[in-house]
Amino acid sequence: MSNTNDELIRIDSVEGTGCVVRGDDVDTDRIIPARFMKVVTFDDMGRHAFEDARKAAKGKHPLDDERFSDAAILVVGQNFGCGSSREHAPQALMRFGFKAFVGGSFAEIFAGNCTSLGLPCVTLGDSDLAKLMGTVELDPAGKIEIDIRTRRLTCRAGEMSVGIPDGVRHQLLEGDWDATRVLMAAGDRIEKTAAALPYSPTA
Amino acid sequence: MAEPKKNLFQKVWDAHRVSELASGQTQLLIGTHLIHEVTSPQAFAMLSELKLPVRFPKRTFATVDHIIPTDDQSRPLKDDLAEAMMSELEQNCREHDIQFFGPESGAQGIVHVIGPELGLTQPGMTIACGDSHTSTHGAFGAIAFGIGTSQVRDLLATQCLAISPLKVRRIEVTGELAPGVFAKDVILAIIRKLGVNGGVGYAYEYAGPVLDAMSMEERMTVCNMSIEGGARCGYVNPDAETIEYLRGRRYTPDNSEFETKAAAWLALASDDGASYDDVVEIDGSAIEPSITWGIHPGHNIGISESIPTPHDTPDEERAGVEEALEYMDFVAGASIAGTPIDVAFIGSCTNGRISDLREAAKVAATGHVKAGVRALVVPGSADVRKQAEAEGLDEVFRKAGFDWREPGCSMCLAMNPDKLRGREVCASSSNRNFKGRQGSPSGRTLLMSPAMVAAAAIAGEVVDIRKSH
Ligand code: SF4
Repeated sequence: MSNTNDELIRIDSVEGTGCVVRGDDVDTDRIIPARFMKVVTFDDMGRHAFEDARKAAKGKHPLDDERFSDAAILVVGQNFGCGSSREHAPQALMRFGFKAFVGGSFAEIFAGNCTSLGLPCVTLGDSDLAKLMGTVELDPAGKIEIDIRTRRLTCRAGEMSVGIPDGVRHQLLEGDWDATRVLMAAGDRIEKTAAALPYSPTA
Repeated sequence: MAEPKKNLFQKVWDAHRVSELASGQTQLLIGTHLIHEVTSPQAFAMLSELKLPVRFPKRTFATVDHIIPTDDQSRPLKDDLAEAMMSELEQNCREHDIQFFGPESGAQGIVHVIGPELGLTQPGMTIACGDSHTSTHGAFGAIAFGIGTSQVRDLLATQCLAISPLKVRRIEVTGELAPGVFAKDVILAIIRKLGVNGGVGYAYEYAGPVLDAMSMEERMTVCNMSIEGGARCGYVNPDAETIEYLRGRRYTPDNSEFETKAAAWLALASDDGASYDDVVEIDGSAIEPSITWGIHPGHNIGISESIPTPHDTPDEERAGVEEALEYMDFVAGASIAGTPIDVAFIGSCTNGRISDLREAAKVAATGHVKAGVRALVVPGSADVRKQAEAEGLDEVFRKAGFDWREPGCSMCLAMNPDKLRGREVCASSSNRNFKGRQGSPSGRTLLMSPAMVAAAAIAGEVVDIRKSH
């Protein structure tokens, strides 16, 4: 997904039902095992999200739970997305259908990769996170709304304030999360800078 | 008024700045973009979704290294997935008019080995590649970044990156290296001292008498592992050694034009009195042959030291040490010398160059690989392989019982058929000892210099190169 040639996509809120994957330090190898990196497009990546964990859970993994099948918001624990920097991880989750992540905390590179795909990662304090996880598991059809502008999350358990870094919030609200589009905006200043370089790649 | 004093990083950054972005990042022009088969196909696919052309195809260069087999490279490759990735890269290069250094070109190899070899890597450049060890090119006084797939797309579309400014830490390695101590030991010692996250937010400038005395290949080994210390990039200021290396390369200018270039390159070095955000000094004379015992490159010790014990470890590192000892199945407090090995791997963008093979061959010439040990030598590029064969090193290795292979990444990350099996322990000249890195989810990696790997292959166990040779 990218909006370079279309109009700006400003993301000021995400709405939908949730799905909970419990546990801390869920690394990118678990999100998308390394063997699925031997591919030429990300198209098929959604199918392989959490593949090994889902196989091991024999159909009992939250991603295979029918009650969560329309979920747009993935609720996770601490340090989600740690390990290798592979962009295949957020790509897999996005293509599986998630549009935002709520968790205790996120690994820096994972969160950065998410931003560049327009997927907000917002954080909650321990007790709010526990409440949200509980509500989603009890009432999977319950709507969750994340308002990026006001930094509020609303669900059946009530209203909570979420964390999101200022810079990222700005990028999402302004539609600046798509780096290609932002960089294209420099127009021929790119060619001018290139022409002024003291080197060119041909001998 | 005098010009303000700048370090090399600041000079290069300023020359490539296109604009400041609202996010607080800088839009930085990248002079040279290197691509390979693993992280580029998705980027090309995204580009065509956007209906955008490659903006500067002449600033983009491709090779194939990660998935290519090192035994039989004939086409189609036996692994269908590998063949698909390679064909896709060839197709993208044809379609976008990008120079591709494939096996038939005679110049194929690990992207970080062939860049310098071809003279594509030059002082003062910004370079990026969808591979974390792009920091290697910093050895020439270039600022070189490893990037993700979306950034590869950004680069293809705009030749630019959105990137946050970095602080600069100067790391001075003083004194003189003892015999048996190599560049690999220097960078392992630096990472041990500063930590695997110590460099986050920094560019590392490596300097001091030890770096001054190093060859370009040794400097590449040091810069290569900057990323393992958390630094975004690492570099060495250009000097006479840099100039001599670049003279006569395929992509460097000839004759009088070269002399003009050379003067400009030398002027890029950090000014005397330039300021730094941090300065660290390391006593090079005290560095021993080093070796990793755990599951990240910071888990390393001198060969004469013993494996750490959790209770002597600072609180914040204790859990990591316990996890590492459990995974490696090593005994806390035991000596690392004498650890039996199953596999020996000499190669990778860290230590797969001709000087590495020469050092390893010197050791290989003194004995034979221990029965039961699988040992392979994988040259970093076709050029390295050719040179080694001209010097008869292939014969030395073969006679000593090593497998002599075609160039590629091979067992550094095992995306090709070269893999550890089960719990095997591998003495490796590569750069990452993460769990499962070498292709077996439970495989174990001990990082060390190529000479130490060769010595371990012969002894069948980890040995101190200073005592054994
Ligand atoms: S040799 Fe290893 S570290 Fe270097 S580019 Fe290849 S896979 Fe990456």
